[in-house]
Amino acid sequence: MTLKTRIIPCLDVKNGRVVKGINFLDLADVGDPVESAKAYDAAGADELCFLDITASHENRGTILDVVRRTAENCFMPVTVGGGVREVEDVRALMLAGADKVSINTAAVKDRSIVGRAAEKFGAQAIVVAIDAKRVNAPGEADRWEIFTHGGRNPTGIDAIEYAQAVADLGAGEILLTSMDRDGTKAGFDLALTRAISEAVTIPVVASGGVGTLDHLVEGVTLGKASAVLAASIFHYGTYSIAEAKAHMAKAGIPMRLA
Amino acid sequence: MKIALIDYGAGNLHSAGKALERAMIEAGVSGHIVLGANPDDIAEADRIVLPGDGAYRDCRENLSLVDGLEEVLTEQVRVKGRPFLGICVGMQLLSDIGEERGETQGLGWIPGRVVALDPKARYLKVPHMGWNTLERRGEHPVLDGLTFGEGGLHAYFLHSYHLLPTYAADLLATADYGGPVSAIVGRDTVIGTQFHPEKSQALGIKLLANFVKWSP
Repeated sequence: MTLKTRIIPCLDVKNGRVVKGINFLDLADVGDPVESAKAYDAAGADELCFLDITASHENRGTILDVVRRTAENCFMPVTVGGGVREVEDVRALMLAGADKVSINTAAVKDRSIVGRAAEKFGAQAIVVAIDAKRVNAPGEADRWEIFTHGGRNPTGIDAIEYAQAVADLGAGEILLTSMDRDGTKAGFDLALTRAISEAVTIPVVASGGVGTLDHLVEGVTLGKASAVLAASIFHYGTYSIAEAKAHMAKAGIPMRLA
Repeated sequence: MKIALIDYGAGNLHSAGKALERAMIEAGVSGHIVLGANPDDIAEADRIVLPGDGAYRDCRENLSLVDGLEEVLTEQVRVKGRPFLGICVGMQLLSDIGEERGETQGLGWIPGRVVALDPKARYLKVPHMGWNTLERRGEHPVLDGLTFGEGGLHAYFLHSYHLLPTYAADLLATADYGGPVSAIVGRDTVIGTQFHPEKSQALGIKLLANFVKWSP
C-alpha cells in the first residue's frame, strides 16, 4: 500500500486571528491565518487544521471568512473544528471550503449529531475530536475518560467505548488529544493512541505532547496512528515540515516527500 | 471558454473554482468560470464540472431538486458532447447505482456501481484518507504529463466508496489501498476523479489543465 502518513499542523484561531502566529517564515501578517495556511501549503504539510477558539457565538462568522479565503488560496485539505454545535454549523463550514469538520463537545452531549452530520456530508467529512485523560490509579489497568472544556470537566465516559460508538454512528476520523500530554512536549500518550487506533476501523490522528521528531515517529510506529498533529514545534520553527517528513521517512514510514 | 461549475449545495466550490482558474492559466486558455445551477448558464458552457462532497444519496437528491438541471446536463453532455468532469461524489454520480445508505440511481453515464471500499488487509482504515500515488490503467488526454507509480505525484483522497466501472476500458487510473481503488474514470466526453484535484497540488492542477485543453 502506498497511502502516506499525514503530518497536520494545527492553528488556533480566535476572532479570525491566529493566537500564536507562526514564525518560521517572514510573513506579511503573522496574525493572519490565511498567510500561515499558505506558508504551510508551500512547506508541504499534508493537511491543515484550524481550531476556532472564538468564545462568543456571535463572532463565529470570522472562521467562515478564514476558511473561505484559505480555500481560495491553498490547494490543500483543511479540517476545521471548535464551536460546532449543530449540523447547520457543519454545513456552513463545508460550504466555505472545509474538507472535514471536527465535532467535540456537541458529540459528547448528544452523539446523534455524528450520525446526522455523516448522513448529510458523508462519513469522510466528519471528524470527532476526543479529549481524553488517564483516570486509572498507578498499578491499575489503563483507563481513559473523555474530558471537556480543555480538560477541566470530567464526563465519566470511557474513551475507548466512546470512540467505538462515534465510529459506529458514522464518524470518518478521530482526532485524539491526550489532555495529560497536551502542551508538555513529552510525547504522545502512546498507550492511549494505540488503544483507540486498535479499537476502531477509521483513521486516528494523534495529538497532544509533541516535542521532538521522534515523538512523531512513535505516534505512528507504536501508537498506530494514521496521522500526526502538532502545533508549537512547527509554529515556532523548531522543526520544519520537510525535516519532520524526512525524519519519519528515514524511520521507514511512508511519507509524501516534496 | 466558459466553464460551468455546478453549485447544487454539495460544497467545495471555492477551491474547485480557484483551481480551475489556475489550470486555465497553466493551459494558456482564456476563459471564465460560471458558478451556479442556472440551466441557461449551463446551456451556454463549453465545459462542465460537477464537484461533490457528501453522501451519494444526499448529493443525488440535491441534484434532482434543482429545476431543469438534470435536463440541461443531459442535453449538454450526452447530446452535444461537451467535456464533463465529475469530482469525488460528482464522479460517483456518473454510475448506474450507488450503494451508500441504500441503493440510489445515478446518472448512468459511466456504467458501473459505487460500492464500499473493502481493503483486503484488516489493518487498513476506511475512509481511505490522505495522499496516494496512482497507477495508469488506460490512455487518455487528461493523463498527459501525470506521473505514476511509487515515485509519481500524489493525489488527495477522502472517501469510503468508489466507482467500479462495468467496462475495464473506462478505468483510467487506480490507487492501491489493499487492492485497486478507482481513481480516474472516463468514457465518451465524460471523465471523473475520485480524488480531489483541487486539493492535489501539482497533480491536480495538471489534470485540470489537461481537462481544459481536451477536445474530444
